[in-house]
Amino acid sequence: MPPSSPLNETAAPPDRKSAGTVFATLVDFARRRPLGAVGGAIIVVMVMLAASANLIAPYDPLATDYAAMLAAPSEAHWLGTDAFGRDMLSRMIHGSRTALMVGLGASLLGASLGSLIGVASAYFGGRVDLLVQRVMDVFFAFPVIILALAVVSIIGTGVGNVVLAIATPMVPRCARVVRASALSVREMPYVDAARAAGFGHPRIILRHMLPNVMAPVLIMATAFLGEAILLEASLSFLGLGVTEPTAAWGLMLRGAAVEFAETAPWMAIFPGLAISLAVFGFNLLGDSLRDALDPRLRTQ
Amino acid sequence: MANMAKLLEVRGLRTSFATAAGLVRAVDGVSWDVHPGETVALVGESGCGKSVSALSVMRLIDPPAGRIEDGAILYKGQDLLSLSEQEMRQVRGREIGMVFQEPMTSLNPVVTIGRQLTEGLELHVKMDSAAARTRAIELLGMVGIPDGERRLSQYPHQFSGGMRQRMMIAMALACRPSLILADEPTTALDVTIQAQILELLRDLSRRFGVAMLIITHNLGVVARYADRVNVMYAGRIIERAAAAALYARPRHPYTLGLLRSVPRLDQPTRERLLPIEGQPPDLTRLPPGCAFAPRCAFRVARCDAEAPSLNEVDGAEHLAACWESSRLAGGARA
Repeated sequence: MPPSSPLNETAAPPDRKSAGTVFATLVDFARRRPLGAVGGAIIVVMVMLAASANLIAPYDPLATDYAAMLAAPSEAHWLGTDAFGRDMLSRMIHGSRTALMVGLGASLLGASLGSLIGVASAYFGGRVDLLVQRVMDVFFAFPVIILALAVVSIIGTGVGNVVLAIATPMVPRCARVVRASALSVREMPYVDAARAAGFGHPRIILRHMLPNVMAPVLIMATAFLGEAILLEASLSFLGLGVTEPTAAWGLMLRGAAVEFAETAPWMAIFPGLAISLAVFGFNLLGDSLRDALDPRLRTQ
Repeated sequence: MANMAKLLEVRGLRTSFATAAGLVRAVDGVSWDVHPGETVALVGESGCGKSVSALSVMRLIDPPAGRIEDGAILYKGQDLLSLSEQEMRQVRGREIGMVFQEPMTSLNPVVTIGRQLTEGLELHVKMDSAAARTRAIELLGMVGIPDGERRLSQYPHQFSGGMRQRMMIAMALACRPSLILADEPTTALDVTIQAQILELLRDLSRRFGVAMLIITHNLGVVARYADRVNVMYAGRIIERAAAAALYARPRHPYTLGLLRSVPRLDQPTRERLLPIEGQPPDLTRLPPGCAFAPRCAFRVARCDAEAPSLNEVDGAEHLAACWESSRLAGGARA
């Protein structure tokens, strides 16, 4: 699924009208940017797996089978089983839900909040800018994982809170990058023109400046996606993220990599592959979307 | 004309910028006015304060560096400087439209032409989106962009420079303002397009009775399109007159110098152009006397000691700020 935040819609006003043109647009996108289409396909598959997890997973992801603990990949268990005899394939299919929820949630939240702060900071400038940037500096002083840990330890564990915790360190980073490009947008005559037309501050920030910094926002958001999935795994590893028995790739990777890397390598390899593939897919799509959404690069 | 109610009256405006080199008095106590339906020009070289004058009227001088220190800007009798930011927003775009110098960068590249035209209408005139759309097509037609229906969904990069400036004019006119501030509206355009744009501005201004302030460094523009002219130098107005009088009988050495440095087609002589010697003054270190004195051919001792004020030199409508303006009366040659 392409990250369809409300921000994207302002960048590319939907001018397609019927289902036929939607399809034509997709075909056109795939022809122009095959790599982006590959990324998109990976994500579509991931979304479909997540959506139909209950239907296609061969086993209950939580069901333990002590007769088949640490079973190697076979006809019964395509990707093997873990230390509790839970089917790896089923857990991975269900794990895509967690990954998507945490990844999309955190990166959308972090990128939206961060870009809003960045653009507003650049727009108002002066003392406001100074104050906002110093507050961002305070956040910058902490390593990402420490900041996320602090948030989780305050508000508690669970998927929703993990999303919040992972989004928090992303806000200042996105704000800083967006502010940098917003500063040059601020100097463009069309911003003065918008002011001369009598538009208010929120309207100029949201409607006139934000769409012009969507390129870095999109890049940041897609970069965050992979990072968010990894960060979720790290938090889970420390017992402060998604908790067992929830199926999550990071959680599966962590338990397996520590104890059974040699005896049961499938437990580490497959979740690791899933994470890499997901991050890869989001990055490919993000890069292509960035190019496709910029009307200056778009030929009609 | 003098007895008519003034649409815009700027009194003793003083705008300054704090820079690393010191305080710059970009606009230093200027007064000028615009009558309803009239076209007034503000002429001068780069950095003389003409654009800052227009931005001051719109209250778009950015603090903390820029500041309107003193003066009054009376629009329809109301001092714009005393309005709240909220009230000022009702004036911008609604009462006073603005056309900028750079049509290439004055339109938002990622917003459709249609949206940029309808946004102001929906905001200021409270039109619904269908009415605003109809009006937008009408506006595009007015400024000479055919096929408005299709144009609305296009982006600025699909427009040529001239079309973009037409679009800027359409945006400025959208809410039927009483005054348009045109800041170097043709500087970035080809000469042939320049003429088209200026003709368009004049036609629309006459058709809708919109007053215009044209800011330019191009005296040719002034001669053809302005009713009255204010010549600025180093943040001050140094001569004001009806356009015809200014050309026939300039009464300030700077105006004279400007007129002589323009090549003229109607004088097919081999005469050399006479440039104004020297450089425009450093605004952070203005001389105590007349700012133009160091470059002036008519300079006398008094010029270095005391700055002349803007006084009537040839009836109430022709003013000049020069001690020696009487010497220029008879078409004097330096």
